[in-house]
Amino acid sequence: MSRNGGKNPFPLPSEIAGVPGAEGWEEMYPYFSHFRPEDDERFWFYNSMHFPEPMPAFDAMSAEIAYIALGAVMTRVFAFPTALGIEHRIVNGRVYITSNAVTDPDEIQRRLAEFQKRAGHYYANWTKLFGEWKERMQALVREVKAVRVPELGDFEPMSTVETARGIAENHYVREAFNRTLELYSKMWQHHFEFLMLGYGAYLVFFQFCKTAFPEIKDQTVSRMVAGIDVLMFRADDELKRLARKAIEFGVDGKFTETGKAEDIMHALEQLGEPGRKWLAELEISREPWFNISPGDGFYHHERSWNDDLSLPFSAIPRYIQMVKDGANLDRPKERLTAERTKLIADYRELLATDEDKASFDQMLALSHEVFPYVEDHKFYCEHWFVTSFYNKMREFGALLARKGVVKNGEDIFQLRYQEIEEALADVALSWAAGTPCAGGQHFQPIIARRKKMLAVLKEWNAPPALGPMPEAIEDPAVQMLWGITSESLEMWSRPDSERDAHEIRGFAAAPGVVEGIARVLKDVSEISSVAEGDILICPVTNPSWGPVFGKIKAAVSDIGGTMSHAAIVAREYGLPAVVGTGQATRRIVTGQRVRVDGDRGIVTILE
Amino acid sequence: MADSATLRVSLFHAIGLGDTLSVGGKGANLGELTRAGIRVPPGFVVTTACFVEFLATADPNRSIRRAIESLDAADTNAIAALSGEVRARLEAAALPAAVEDEIAAHYSKLCAADADMPVAVRSSATSEDSEDASFAGLQDTYLWLRGAERVIHHVRACWASLYSPESVAYRRRLNFPEDGLAMGVVVQQMVNSRCSGVMFTRSPLTGDRSVIAIEGSYGLGSCIVSGEVTPDKFVVNKVSGDIVDRAVMQKTMMHVPDLEAGGISERAVEEALQNVACLSDAEVTALAKLGRNIEKHYGKPQDIEWAIAHGDDTEIFLLQSRPETVWSRKDAKPVVAPKANALEHVFAVFGGKR
Repeated sequence: MSRNGGKNPFPLPSEIAGVPGAEGWEEMYPYFSHFRPEDDERFWFYNSMHFPEPMPAFDAMSAEIAYIALGAVMTRVFAFPTALGIEHRIVNGRVYITSNAVTDPDEIQRRLAEFQKRAGHYYANWTKLFGEWKERMQALVREVKAVRVPELGDFEPMSTVETARGIAENHYVREAFNRTLELYSKMWQHHFEFLMLGYGAYLVFFQFCKTAFPEIKDQTVSRMVAGIDVLMFRADDELKRLARKAIEFGVDGKFTETGKAEDIMHALEQLGEPGRKWLAELEISREPWFNISPGDGFYHHERSWNDDLSLPFSAIPRYIQMVKDGANLDRPKERLTAERTKLIADYRELLATDEDKASFDQMLALSHEVFPYVEDHKFYCEHWFVTSFYNKMREFGALLARKGVVKNGEDIFQLRYQEIEEALADVALSWAAGTPCAGGQHFQPIIARRKKMLAVLKEWNAPPALGPMPEAIEDPAVQMLWGITSESLEMWSRPDSERDAHEIRGFAAAPGVVEGIARVLKDVSEISSVAEGDILICPVTNPSWGPVFGKIKAAVSDIGGTMSHAAIVAREYGLPAVVGTGQATRRIVTGQRVRVDGDRGIVTILE
Repeated sequence: MADSATLRVSLFHAIGLGDTLSVGGKGANLGELTRAGIRVPPGFVVTTACFVEFLATADPNRSIRRAIESLDAADTNAIAALSGEVRARLEAAALPAAVEDEIAAHYSKLCAADADMPVAVRSSATSEDSEDASFAGLQDTYLWLRGAERVIHHVRACWASLYSPESVAYRRRLNFPEDGLAMGVVVQQMVNSRCSGVMFTRSPLTGDRSVIAIEGSYGLGSCIVSGEVTPDKFVVNKVSGDIVDRAVMQKTMMHVPDLEAGGISERAVEEALQNVACLSDAEVTALAKLGRNIEKHYGKPQDIEWAIAHGDDTEIFLLQSRPETVWSRKDAKPVVAPKANALEHVFAVFGGKR
């Protein structure tokens, strides 16, 4: 990669200065994630899409393990001809990545031959293999939930003696912890098993559309491919069902927007039969549909609806009111299907030749076959599995807290997994020796220090890229995976002074232009503060935010592409949306007047 | 169709693309559009049969035709000299009385509502307005004419324009037989437009067939064609019907008809209107819909001239439509090489071999 016109617009990794108050952040992350001197020769970009916040020491493992799986799929399993895996580095808590391209034509040909056999097998058997994948993923969820974290009480349970198990509970601390991490690693392997091929098939169709219709919007291509029945929409649909059930059972009066979930549930319990019938319906909805978090599956603090029922409960009263007002809450699946069919037919008709129509049909059919995986895998992986996994970790956190290693269970996420292993060895040893753990003295100062560092690093303005800027980004895999094009590089490389201080750019996700008052939510727990007609500014949205989409005028997110669920939901609600801005929640303040241009992907701060 | 071959004059609604040989390309097109229900300013075509009749009286022994056929395409001096002589001779020649009478009768019918109705007289060559647009623009057009006498005079001028040095040189380069030469002449009501412009039913910048590009300015369209004003630009998505892009430019001057002298004169645009879009969103949308209909009618992207008349109602007139030529040549080549199945497309993209 050569430098662009002399002066490189991005700092080199070695030029990144520390942040006062966060000196020594390196201790939170493994050695191989630190920048090395030779990394100055390569181009890196900040993966704000997946890692918008500084990484807690434990959560950094999600980069490590996900990239182990992603790289294996690209480099070794399917042998993508032009792209190997990606490497990641962490600096000041932020994850930077670079892709390894294959440029030697002979090597590309060698890999292509493998790719054809390997990818060909998956494409040819896609629907069957995906069916098996779902079974496997549900089994993984069951397994991670079933992992038993020993209590390490006063005495070994009597059953160990009676069954002559011969192995004490402190051994199982280690086994359970290893098992939990292994399952997490397997989940990521399965996550990427289909994903790259799925994106690949979509990218081929996408490129075709962009060539045939140079002015077509990304979101229009997305709409031709996007599914109508997507698992991630199910949770919101369940809330609507529960709202109708509340009316049917005559218990709707118990729901208020400000009421706490546990108070409402208690009141329903008191009501007797009708209340219990509704609570039984709630249980049906909760498993598995409420196993979704408001996040993207990388941070421990993104809890599921099941962990925190306040979001679903705050949405139900509104749906109850809408049902009473005679609104039809069902997603208009028939209309959406008809619209998609017409959109496809209209663009197909505009193609100039029959050959192109045939290619269009082939590519679109493949995209339609693979896309259910792209859309539905997140429910199984990033939501259902990941929230279950972090909850299992909380059980280890509770154990460490009981043994005095950490002050409270959540502190476990300030430790690297290798450190947790150490701490659990300490726990096992001290339980065996009948003495207190040494871990409290050792780890608590470390935890306190790291919490402070993370708070400081949160304010650090991470450069969008580091190192020598490439001339152009041509590799379809890079464009596909990271949405990074020569244009985005050009935009990033402009000095701050040239960027409009009032303009924030992202992906145009849903069309339309509106102005209104911004409501910045850093966290889904603040969702009840959203008022009718607000413009929602949030880190990431997915269908767990669905209940507010009926209230707002437009949506802006830090993270997400035109295929993100925020984009899909916004289009269904007919709301303009700009996603993947990287910085909207930092630059916009609640109460500011903003304009959202969902046609061009621009958010303007008007005052 | 059979009738029009022998008719001296054909009304627009009586002709279509199949009549190109008898009425010329432009006339056939205007007829085709009129018949398709598209609002075209009414008019008629003086047929190629009249031209043949005229030439038979003006060049009874074929001396003109023989002289031209003997010219060398590269000898511009000889072409210029002969061209001047022939043009003068034809412009001075009388039209056959039957031809004159028919033109005068149809003109007075066309202007029944308004005796002062200005008309355009345009040449309509048999190979003009085809995708091989090379003939287009070589013949003359006369605007804002009033009175049967002036119309007849300019019909003759159109025919004489076939003998301009450019036209003659072009025919000689193709070794085109002079006996095959024919030209209809369109006589059509003028639209005194509030604004007018052009429309491409694909992107002129990228060739994208899913958008319609519209350019418009105040007054007559001639100032856009000649590049004297920078027009407002609008881009409409064909599928959604949305206006996806717009650029409102400063339009300082406009062309208006000069009804005294005939032709066109310049006028300044009121300051308050200079930076205002010359079309409302509803007009842009209506224009795009019209463009789409015309494109569907012909089955290929079109290059269209339009005008909106003065008045409260949006009355869009279609002045001309011809096939888009620049990008259409590339359409023959598919976007990607056809493949046996979808996987081959995937392998081509990921193998870096597209």
